[in-house]
Amino acid sequence: MTLLDQFQLMLKGLGWPDWAVYLTPAIVGILIIIIFVLTVVIVFIWWERRLISRFQIRLGPNRCGPEGILQPIATAVKILLKEDIVPDKADKLIHFIAPIIVFVPILLIFAVMPFGEGAILVDLNVGIIYVIAISSISVIGIFMAAWGSGNKYSYIAGMRSIAQMVSYEIPVVLALVGVALISGSFSMLSIVEAQSIPFILLQPLGFLIFFLGCLAEMNRSPFDLLEADSEIVAGYHIEYSGMKFAMFYLGEYGVALAYAGIITTLFLGGWQGPLLPPVIWFLIKVMAVFSVIVWIRSTLPRFRVDQLMSFAWKAMLPLAVINLLVIAVEVLLIPASLQWVMLILNFGFAAVLILLWSKLFTLGGGRVEV
Amino acid sequence: MPIKTEQFYLNVGPQHPSTHGVFRLRLSLDGEVVTDVEPIIGYLHRGIEKLAESRTYTQIIPLTDRLDYLASMTDNVAYCMAVEKLAGIKVPERAEYIRVIFSELMRISSHMMAVGFYLNDCGAFFTPVLYMWREREKIIDLFDMVCGQRLLYNYMRIGGVSQDFPDEFLPAVKKFVAEMPRYIGEYNQLIKQNEIFLARSKGVGILPRETAVNIGASGPVLRASGVKWDIRKMDPYSIYDRFDFEVPTGDAGDCYDRYWVRMQEMTQSLHIIEQAISQMPAKGPVCADVPQFFRPPQGETYGYIEAPKGNLGFYIVSDGSIAPYRLHIYPPTLINITAMKDMMVGWKVADLIIIFGSMDVVLGEIDR
Amino acid sequence: MTIAVNTEETGKRIAEAIPGSVISSDKGSLSVDSKALAQVSVFLKDTPGLEFDYLTVLTAVDYLDYFEVVYRLVSMKHNQSLILKTRVYGRENPAVPSVTGIWRAAYYQEREIFDLLGIKFEGHPDLRRLLLWEGFNGHPLRRDYL
Repeated sequence: MTLLDQFQLMLKGLGWPDWAVYLTPAIVGILIIIIFVLTVVIVFIWWERRLISRFQIRLGPNRCGPEGILQPIATAVKILLKEDIVPDKADKLIHFIAPIIVFVPILLIFAVMPFGEGAILVDLNVGIIYVIAISSISVIGIFMAAWGSGNKYSYIAGMRSIAQMVSYEIPVVLALVGVALISGSFSMLSIVEAQSIPFILLQPLGFLIFFLGCLAEMNRSPFDLLEADSEIVAGYHIEYSGMKFAMFYLGEYGVALAYAGIITTLFLGGWQGPLLPPVIWFLIKVMAVFSVIVWIRSTLPRFRVDQLMSFAWKAMLPLAVINLLVIAVEVLLIPASLQWVMLILNFGFAAVLILLWSKLFTLGGGRVEV
Repeated sequence: MPIKTEQFYLNVGPQHPSTHGVFRLRLSLDGEVVTDVEPIIGYLHRGIEKLAESRTYTQIIPLTDRLDYLASMTDNVAYCMAVEKLAGIKVPERAEYIRVIFSELMRISSHMMAVGFYLNDCGAFFTPVLYMWREREKIIDLFDMVCGQRLLYNYMRIGGVSQDFPDEFLPAVKKFVAEMPRYIGEYNQLIKQNEIFLARSKGVGILPRETAVNIGASGPVLRASGVKWDIRKMDPYSIYDRFDFEVPTGDAGDCYDRYWVRMQEMTQSLHIIEQAISQMPAKGPVCADVPQFFRPPQGETYGYIEAPKGNLGFYIVSDGSIAPYRLHIYPPTLINITAMKDMMVGWKVADLIIIFGSMDVVLGEIDR
Repeated sequence: MTIAVNTEETGKRIAEAIPGSVISSDKGSLSVDSKALAQVSVFLKDTPGLEFDYLTVLTAVDYLDYFEVVYRLVSMKHNQSLILKTRVYGRENPAVPSVTGIWRAAYYQEREIFDLLGIKFEGHPDLRRLLLWEGFNGHPLRRDYL
C-alpha cells in the first residue's frame, strides 16, 4: 500500500470525480520526483566537486555562496546562456533528439524507486526489470549523439559506447537475479522489506559485480573511456553546447543518482534504519554510495577498450554466473530462518572466487600485428 | 560475405588536451588499431637560431630559456657551458656548485611534471599531478627566492651565475632534501602497484635497444631501453666527477620502464644535491669577469649537458664578433620522436596518448 | 670520459680504405669529400675499433662561398667521439648524400637542414619541410635571406 494509493483512497472518499482521483496523485507524485531529482542532482554536483578537491589536496569551489553552494547554479546559468552551435556536417534531426533520448529514461527510472516507507510513485511488480529495460534506452541516445555530430572523435566514442554498455548489461542482470531469488519478487518495495540482513552482507560478490557494472553503465571512471578527456576530448558530447550539453551534464549526475538509489534499495536495505525518518536514511545511504563512486573516480586510471571488454566477458560474467548458481542452491537448501548461514557461506565463496580469478585473469593487452 | 572495412584518418590536432603542446599527429586507424603515424611539427617555431645571429652572447640567454620551458635552468647551463668552452673561460668553484644544485633541482621538478602528466594521460583525473605539484611548488619557491622567477629563470650567465643566493636559501634546500624522500616513497606506494596502471603501461610501446641507439635517443628514453648512457657519468662536464650517484636503467624499454627510470632519477638527484651542499665553498665569486660585449676567439665548439629530457647541446660558430655566426640547438625530444612509428603501430588509440606521454615531449624544444 | 678520437690516424685509416675521400684531418675534425660521404659513414660504423653507432648532432653552416655540413659521431662501445665535416659548393642546388639509412637519427635533422638552409639530401626517404609550412618560399637560415 503505497502513500499515493492512500492519497487516492482519501480523494475518492472526498467524492472527487474518477478521472481527478486517478490523475491528481500521479501529477503530485511526478512533480515531487522531478523536484527531488533536480535538487539532489545539484547537490551532487557540488558534493562531487568538493570531494574530488579534497582528494586532490585542494579546496574546491568556495567562492560562490557560503562554501560554494551556489556554484552549481552558476554553472547551470553559464551553460544555459551559451550559444547553441550545431556543426555543419551534423545530421540535424539526430543531433537535436539525442540529448532527449539520453535524459528522459533516467527520469523514468525514478518512478519505481522507494524513497521511504511506501513512498514510491508506482509499485510495479516487475520493478527491477523495468529499471534494466529503461536504462538500456540511453545507449541508443548516446550512439545517436556520437553519430549525429559528424565528428570522428565522437564516432570513436560511439563505437566504444555500444560495446561497453551492451557487455556490462549481462553481469548486472545476473547479479540482480540473485537479489530477486533471495527476496522472492521483482517489486522494489518487497525487496526492501525482505532485507532483514542487508543484501550487501548476504551476497558480497553480487554486490561487487552489480556495483562495477553500474559504474560501467554510468560511463564513470575507471570505465569512462567514452568521455576520456585526455584521448578523445569529451567523446560523444564534443559538439554539444548550451542547453543540449546541460541535458547531458545533468543526465550524467541524474544517472549517478538513479543507480545510487537502486544500489541502496537492492543491497543496502533501502530506507530501513533506527531512529531517523526513512527518507533521511535513504538520502544518507545514497550519498554514501555516491561518495564511493567519486572516490573511485579520483584515484584510478582508466581502462583501455579491449581491457574493458575482456574484464566484462572473462571476469565478471563467469563470476556472475557462478554467483547465481551458488545463491540458487542456497535458496533451495537453507530455510529462511537460518539466513546467517548463507552470509558466512557467501563470504567464503566470494573470497575464494576473487582470489582464484585474480590469479587466473590478467588484463593484458595487445599489440596487433599490422 | 567478407566485411568491407576502410582506413580511417584521424587528426590528433594541434589543439588537444593531451599532446603537451601544439603538436599534430596524423593517424590512420583500422577500427581502434593504429596503422600509421605521422607527426607534424612547426607550430611553435620562433626562429631562435636565426634570432641568435643578431644578438650578443648574453642577450641569447633569455632566448634559451624558452626552449624547454619546463626546465629552463638546464637550458641556460648548456648554453653558457658551450660559450665558456669556446672562449676558454674558467667558472669559479662556488658558481659550479650553485649550477649543479639548480640543475638537479630542475631535474626533479621536470621529472615530477613528466610523471604527473603521464598519469593524467592514463586517466587518473589530475590527482597524481596535484600530489606532485605540491612538491614542485616548494622547488619553484626556492627558485623564486634566488632569481625572482617561477618558470623562465634567466639565471645563468657566461662565466657563472648572475647573483649569489640569499641566506635563507641553504636552510630551505636542506629542509627540502630531508623531507623529499618521504614524498617520493608516497608516490611509489600510490602508483607503482596499481593494477590498472600496470596493465596500461607494462609492455606497451616498446623501444628495442638497437633502435634506440640507431635513432640517437637520449635521456630517460634511452636509459629505459637498457643502454647505460648518461653524459654526467660517461663524459663528465662541470664538476660532476666529484659526486657519487648511480644511473638507473630499465630493461624492457616500455612505458613503465620510462616512468620508473624517472622516479629513480629523482632520488639520485637528491643524493647529488646533498653532496653538493656539503662540499660547497662558503664564500667566493659567483661569476667570472666577462665583458658586456664579449668577443670569443674565432672557432667553433659543441657544448652539451644531460638535461632532464636528454642530451641538450649547442653548436656555436664564432667569427670573433659580439654575436655568434651560427648557433644550432640540438633538441633531445625531436630525436626521441623519430621512433614514434615503431613504438605506436599496432597499438590502440588509447595507447598512443600514453606512449606519447611517456616520451615526455616539450614543443618549445622541438620547434625552437 | 668521451675522448675525441685522433683525427689524423682515423683520417689515414679511411684514406687507405676509401682512397680520395679525406680532404683534411687536422684541426680536431675530419673533412671528407661529399661524394664519398656514404661510404665513409658505413666504414666508420662497421669497422672494429671505430664502431661509431650513435649520431648526435647533424647541422650545417652557411659560409658564404660554401655550406659545411657537420656530423658528430659517438661510439658507445669505446666511448669516443669524432666530428665529421663535408663541404658543398654552390648556392643554387647544393646536394649531399643522406645518411638516414645508416643512422636513423639523421631523419629529422636532415629535413630541418633542407627546410632552413636548402641543402638537398639525396636518398632521404621523405625530404619535406619540417618546421615551416609547405609553400613557404626561401630558406630562412641562409645568410642572404634577410
